[in-house]
Amino acid sequence: MTNPTSSVATTGSPGSRALGLATLLGLVGLLVLAFVLTEPDVRIHPSTGQEIGQFDAVRLLYLHVPMAVITYVAYSLAAFASAGYLIKRTPWWDVTAHAAAEVGTVFCFLVLVTGSIWGRPVWNTWWEWGDVRLMTTLILFLMFVGYLALRRTAADPRVQARRAAVVALVAIVDLPLVNRSVEWWENRTLHQKSTLGELKIEDLTLFTLMIGFLVFLMVFAWLLLHRFRVGWLTLAAGEHQVAAAIKERRAEADGSEVASAVGETS
Amino acid sequence: MTHLGYLLGGWGVAAVLLTVYAVSVVRRGRALSVSVPEDQRRWLTSQNPTDG
Repeated sequence: MTNPTSSVATTGSPGSRALGLATLLGLVGLLVLAFVLTEPDVRIHPSTGQEIGQFDAVRLLYLHVPMAVITYVAYSLAAFASAGYLIKRTPWWDVTAHAAAEVGTVFCFLVLVTGSIWGRPVWNTWWEWGDVRLMTTLILFLMFVGYLALRRTAADPRVQARRAAVVALVAIVDLPLVNRSVEWWENRTLHQKSTLGELKIEDLTLFTLMIGFLVFLMVFAWLLLHRFRVGWLTLAAGEHQVAAAIKERRAEADGSEVASAVGETS
Repeated sequence: MTHLGYLLGGWGVAAVLLTVYAVSVVRRGRALSVSVPEDQRRWLTSQNPTDG
């Protein structure tokens, strides 16, 4: 079989390159804000006069919290696209769901890891099995790992897409539990209630956190765009292989018919 | 700066994992592109390999 291409293609486009450049600049700006311009969290205890707070560990806030929010966005998109696939049954929805789930799982893994690293200096523990938010987040992560494992099975692509869509819709039920766990089970978690909702942070800390949300949203958008194009290429490559195989078989059949016709006449 | 090891660990693992994942996605795209005819490469940018 001949190579169908004469050139190499990338999943980049002028738009995605502009987004990538803006994302890199945003990341540099975020690092400057997080490590240079913002102050460490240091407060004075009212009765003892001792310095308390998270000190420089608070700089993990600008990484961990935006990535947690992006995980919510990614998994919500995966569930929405899965529902879209079950209704419309078109590949666009399935490829979108798969891409969002895969990128979301990378972010969710990082949420768990950076949370653990942040927890060690602040809570004096790497992990707490009784913490409801940690456990619901771990369950969410494992369910989407299962989703991605299901996508690798050798079933018929349409059956695989349908099963994966159902798994995504079941897994997303855990998302409100993760988000509301600090309110509903406040005595069973080391996490504090929503800092943003009660506006406990302000000024440059709040501004840096907002920049963190924006920059990691751009990182997510860039990754999603490229991952979607990889998914679309996978479909196109599969269809091209099938079409080429059919063409080859037809050519073989035509050739044998000609040969048998020639044999009969000679 | 206090807690420097934790800061480097947290930001470092995020930087490394996101970079590795981004590179793997781009490489998967490049590898797949050679098995798809040019007229079916929707959204993609073609480059002549000799252009570098």
